[in-house]
Amino acid sequence: MNEIRLNKICGGKSRYHQFIGRIPCRIFFAGLAVLLFLFCLVPLQAKEVDYINISNPFLNKIPIAITQFKTFNGNDAEVNHGKNAEQILKDALDFTGYLKVLNSKGFLSNPAQTGIQLGQINFKDWTGIGADLLITGGIEELENQVTLKLRLFDAFNSKLLVGKIYTGASSQIRRMIHLFCSEVSHKLTGNWGVFNSKISFVSTVKGHKEIFVCEFDGHNPKQITHHKSISLSPNWSFDGRWLAYVSYAKGKPDLYIKNLKEKRGAIVNYKGSNISPDWMPDQLNFAAALSFSGNQEIYLLTKKGEVTKRITKSWGVNVSPSFSPDGKKIAFTSNRGGTPQIYIKDLDGGEVKRVTFKGRYNTSPAWSPDGKKIAYVGIKKNKIDIFVINLTSVSGMPVQLTMNQQDNEDPSWSPDGSLIAFTSNREGGVSRLFVMTSAGTDQRRLLTLTGKQSQPGWSKSTSFEN
Amino acid sequence: MNRKLWINFMAAILVVGLFMTVSCAKKTIVTDGTTIEDQAKVEAEEAAAAKVLAEQERIKSQELQDQMAKEQALKEAKILAAKNRFSNQNIHFEFDSAQLSSMAKQLIEEKAEWLGANSGVAVIIEGHCDERGTTDYNIALGERRAIVVKNYLVNLGISGSRLTTVSFGEEKPLDPAANEAAYRKNRRAQFVIK
Repeated sequence: MNEIRLNKICGGKSRYHQFIGRIPCRIFFAGLAVLLFLFCLVPLQAKEVDYINISNPFLNKIPIAITQFKTFNGNDAEVNHGKNAEQILKDALDFTGYLKVLNSKGFLSNPAQTGIQLGQINFKDWTGIGADLLITGGIEELENQVTLKLRLFDAFNSKLLVGKIYTGASSQIRRMIHLFCSEVSHKLTGNWGVFNSKISFVSTVKGHKEIFVCEFDGHNPKQITHHKSISLSPNWSFDGRWLAYVSYAKGKPDLYIKNLKEKRGAIVNYKGSNISPDWMPDQLNFAAALSFSGNQEIYLLTKKGEVTKRITKSWGVNVSPSFSPDGKKIAFTSNRGGTPQIYIKDLDGGEVKRVTFKGRYNTSPAWSPDGKKIAYVGIKKNKIDIFVINLTSVSGMPVQLTMNQQDNEDPSWSPDGSLIAFTSNREGGVSRLFVMTSAGTDQRRLLTLTGKQSQPGWSKSTSFEN
Repeated sequence: MNRKLWINFMAAILVVGLFMTVSCAKKTIVTDGTTIEDQAKVEAEEAAAAKVLAEQERIKSQELQDQMAKEQALKEAKILAAKNRFSNQNIHFEFDSAQLSSMAKQLIEEKAEWLGANSGVAVIIEGHCDERGTTDYNIALGERRAIVVKNYLVNLGISGSRLTTVSFGEEKPLDPAANEAAYRKNRRAQFVIK
């Protein structure tokens, strides 16, 4: 990342100067702390921006045109990298589920030849084909350094929304495009989006279950563990540096806490089972279900594996903790009422509130990043599907997101709350990773890998660090 | 004349007697040969009888040995069968349940008997679930199943220190098929001898 140089457009010297004044500089200089603040300011930002409300379940996709990249020197390398960058950009924005990338066959003009800047674009050519938004791209390659010049326009209002220049090695093109996509997302939704996020998951390797990590769109899957055992339930720390997961490497289910870069960590192997970790927001502590007392209860632990607090106290099964985004509450599965249902409890004591009432089997709660909803797994008429329940609505009626597509489990929210990754065996009965919008639309396979995949865990941070 | 007749008569008897003696002696020789022959036969017959007897004895003892071995094998087979039954007969559960049915209890009582007769043996009680439902919840449910079985055994007098529990949730199905028959097989507590 540090190899990518983001030009200081605000104080820049180039011809991009002309549009710089229109873009609020504070966005460009937003440090990491500020990004986190912005995350909290989402409703305000969304109002300011008001292009797309990603939490609207009846959202119509916004049509966007993405032009061919203008090459500045016109050599083969530039042309090829330009094509590559254009495809990455289209794939990434298409992945969001709220943008419809228009087919370039219908385009009336070609800014790659006529110019990609504000004054050079005839917006009627774009509104005429139904494009609300337009992205133009330019690519320049000098001494193995690629410079990408990217602009997002509001075609209806003939207005520049985002303008960015990135410079880096050609191997960093994907990264640079995704940085720009984050800017686009932020401008349109008030949220930095999923483009810098990662997904951990479980995949079989030669009959064993190992933990893997891939990018938000399923690219670049990497095997993280080599226990040659059963490894399960990976979960990211808020900063994306730590993974907690379960492994039977020593014959029984224990918790493994791993710092991905520094190759250090801890093992929680109390008597009984040590399962279902969920990291806290903004803290390197996590909750997990431990049974050393003879009963499965949820505890709070440090990243070193020290138990600091017991959260549940009820005979029977208490598993699958999921923190509210403010870190003050915890949702979990318990069969205290006779059947497994979702409950919520304040971390600082207080009474336990039951959330699900429909059906006899509701498990695996996943609290949405906006704090308003909980996605979970329910069994209805012998079919396992993903539901979402609105915590703020009076009716409390769950909405079924998957239906008539075999078994669907393990919901995990994208950090911006726009998407949900899940496991489904809809393709030939083999367990695979899928993704859908939070409204249940655009259900598609996330990645192609040998073996069986399950338990996607989306990273929680939308920031650019790591 | 009378006297002469008497002498002649006597002489005739003598001659006849002599003849008879001769013939008798001849006969004795013949008789002797027969006796020798008979004796050999008898001896052979006796030897054969002894042999038969010995053989019979041998067979008898062999049979006895065989029977003992058979009984031993049967005993061992019974022990092995009991051991196999102990390891292979799983305790089954209803969906999303860790409750023991009367059949399950009977089976555990049988296992308690075996554990009582094999006091040196320590076992692992594995809890398993069918594939439906959630990974985490199924580990928890499997653990409850294993613990319930362990507690029942402890109540029957088996020392808890001989019984370890572990849950594999839905990770180790006996039958990977996705149908009710397979699910029924997979929802189980399984005994593994350490």
